[in-house]
Amino acid sequence: MKDQRLETRVDTQTIKIEARKAQVYYGTNHAIKDVDVDIMDKTVTAFIGPSGCGKSTFLRCLNRMNDTIPSCRVEGSITLEGESIYDPRVDPVQLRARIGMVFQKPNPFPKSIYDNVAYGPKIHGLTRNKAELDAIVESCLRKAALWNEVQDRLNAPGTGLSGGQQQRLCIARAIATSPEVLLMDEPCSALDPIATAQVEELIDELRSQFSVVIVTHSMQQAARVSQRTAFFHLGNLVEFGETGQIFTNPKDPRTESYISGRIG
Amino acid sequence: MSLGLLSIILLVLAVAGYVLGRRKAVSQVEGDIRKLHSLPPFYGRITALLTAVPAFFLIAAWLLAQPLFLENKAISLINPAELPAGKSAQLVMADVRRVAAGLNMLAARGEDVTPLLASPSALKTALNGAGVVLETEPTPSTLAATAALRDAGKTSRLAMTIAALVLAVAGLAFGLSRINPEYRARNATEQFAMWLLIGSSLVAVLTTVGIVASLLFESIHFFQLYPISDFLFSATWTPKFGGGSSLGILPLLWGTLYVSAIALVVAVPIGLMSAIYLAEYASKATRAWVKPAIEILAGIPTIVYGLFALVTVGPLLRDYFAQPLGLGNSSSSVMTAGLVMGIMVIPFVSSLSDDIINAVPQSLRDGSLGLGATPSETIKQVVVPAALPGIVGAVLLAASRAIGETMIVVMGAGAAAQLSLNPFEAMTTVTVKIVSQLTGDTEFASPETLVAFALGLTLFCLTLALNIVALVIVRKYREQYE
Ligand SMILES: Nc1ncnc2c1ncn2[C@@H]1O[C@H](COP(=O)(O)OP(=O)(O)OP(=O)(O)O)[C@@H](O)[C@H]1O
Ligand SMILES: [Mg+2]
Repeated sequence: MKDQRLETRVDTQTIKIEARKAQVYYGTNHAIKDVDVDIMDKTVTAFIGPSGCGKSTFLRCLNRMNDTIPSCRVEGSITLEGESIYDPRVDPVQLRARIGMVFQKPNPFPKSIYDNVAYGPKIHGLTRNKAELDAIVESCLRKAALWNEVQDRLNAPGTGLSGGQQQRLCIARAIATSPEVLLMDEPCSALDPIATAQVEELIDELRSQFSVVIVTHSMQQAARVSQRTAFFHLGNLVEFGETGQIFTNPKDPRTESYISGRIG
Repeated sequence: MSLGLLSIILLVLAVAGYVLGRRKAVSQVEGDIRKLHSLPPFYGRITALLTAVPAFFLIAAWLLAQPLFLENKAISLINPAELPAGKSAQLVMADVRRVAAGLNMLAARGEDVTPLLASPSALKTALNGAGVVLETEPTPSTLAATAALRDAGKTSRLAMTIAALVLAVAGLAFGLSRINPEYRARNATEQFAMWLLIGSSLVAVLTTVGIVASLLFESIHFFQLYPISDFLFSATWTPKFGGGSSLGILPLLWGTLYVSAIALVVAVPIGLMSAIYLAEYASKATRAWVKPAIEILAGIPTIVYGLFALVTVGPLLRDYFAQPLGLGNSSSSVMTAGLVMGIMVIPFVSSLSDDIINAVPQSLRDGSLGLGATPSETIKQVVVPAALPGIVGAVLLAASRAIGETMIVVMGAGAAAQLSLNPFEAMTTVTVKIVSQLTGDTEFASPETLVAFALGLTLFCLTLALNIVALVIVRKYREQYE
């Protein structure tokens, strides 16, 4: 059933990232089991599931951030545009420039707000002069709905912002490198409804240029922003499909109970 | 009563205070400790503290202040007419103190000292036997002063013992009288602990103040004998022990700064880079043995480094650099001392920096790597800036070590005070000259000796300035990035 539907989608849209039988181990702890997921280009994919089910872990596999955890081991195949990202010839640094990430916990650098956003463009040499850099910083801060709050203190330290402001700063920082895929781990967990709406608007806007993967604990948010939804439970991918179908007509009883609030 | 016995009595009183305080608290609520504000041990503890701590403070203060008051009488007994040529009453007092201490020691061994007091020659032999060597037989006035000193000492000790015991008992009674179920013994113990902590930090601060004051005092003494402008601005250092010396600090200061600068140029890059390797790239297993291996460098005695400088590095530099380049043929040189000192202070930079870099949260590294930065970009732009205040501290520690180092300089750079830019020439530093001025055979009140204190004060100011500069840098940086 599921496979058939995927086949039909492939005809109309290209697959950006494809995971097949992905396994992740932390030492002996088998955290991700046999996960098959396709991330479509120019689509928002939502990962939902109870806490500790492996959403962040799987997200971190997609841009090889798990390399920084010594005990972590990834098996199976994960490809970006058909090329395995775990191939020894692939440069993880290059890969992460193409697949950007917003972390679950805001982690602004101990630098000024401006330098936080300018960090990526500077190391990748995306701008030719200060004016262009200024323009990128401003537009990214605007997109992340932070510009109005920080425009007259761009030189203040980013670590001095509130938790929610830091979260938006990290979003601005991630989109400033213009990645092809943006992985967002609970980007709205510390945001008020207004800022959340703005970030969701941004996600919708980003969809026209690249694909976005978002981890969220809010069913409403997943329903609002995503076109496809994956439900994880205890390290397994339980169900993956059209967001509308997952929320209105889930195939698996576990999905249904999670969505209606019975497990989690 | 000896101090040891007195302390034991006080401790016994404190234990009694604990037991009594606790028992009184419990009995007041008829065993239902829920009615007490604090748990019973707190009542015991505060009573014990009130018993012992003030008494011990009294003893400490008494012992510190005692010499100021005891010696007045003894000094007045010294007959100016009997002073040997060139000796002041203060010097004779030193003898008096030693004789008194010797006699106390003999008396403590149970010997009868009264006959000795009558005969100076017998006294001298007896004291020699006890390890107190006197140059001459004590004069009658010295003996009188000694007797006065010992008398005063005995009275004072007795008074102190009584005062301490009275205070302890009073503290015990006061502590017990305050106990009732509402008494907040837990909070009181907390307060007491805070005052103890404040007291301890005061001791450290006061010691520093005392050291600086004594340096300052002796330096002022020196500047009365030798013009301060000559000391600060003269470029020659030629102490003559007969008098008429020229004591300009500039060559010494220059030597100190030159040697320390070379040491830091060696130690900071090597230390910092090995710290970065250890913290960011090395595997756990590598780190587990490389780090202690580097730290061994800090444990080698400086005299061994000095030997290394003298026997290996000095001749090597002379034969392969100085002579071929025509820069001199001395095996002692600033370069030798600087290089060897640099190796010595590497662990100060690397070990501390490594700890600090390790303390930078992994999430910052992830953030940078996640944006597609390479590990070295991450280190340069995120990790090291975040760790900078600590790294500055580490460098500063290394700098203070280098500035204060003596042995390596004596053996590596020689003892010739001169102003020169040539790193292959022998030079010397402030610390070396402090040692050589104080170990000379001149009398203590001459400018040639007193200059050591002025040098010490200069050194103190130098490290203080260094600390302040670092503090300013760190604070400015913190403001920007925290
Ligand atoms: N660095 C790590 N080392 C060892 N085990 C880990 C590590 N990170 C996560 N795990 C384990 O992997 C499992 C999945 O964790 P993960 O962080 O992916 O959950 P999550 O779905 O993102 O949860 P949440 O919604 O709370 O963020 C958990 O059992 C967790 O204990
Ligand atoms: Mg998570």
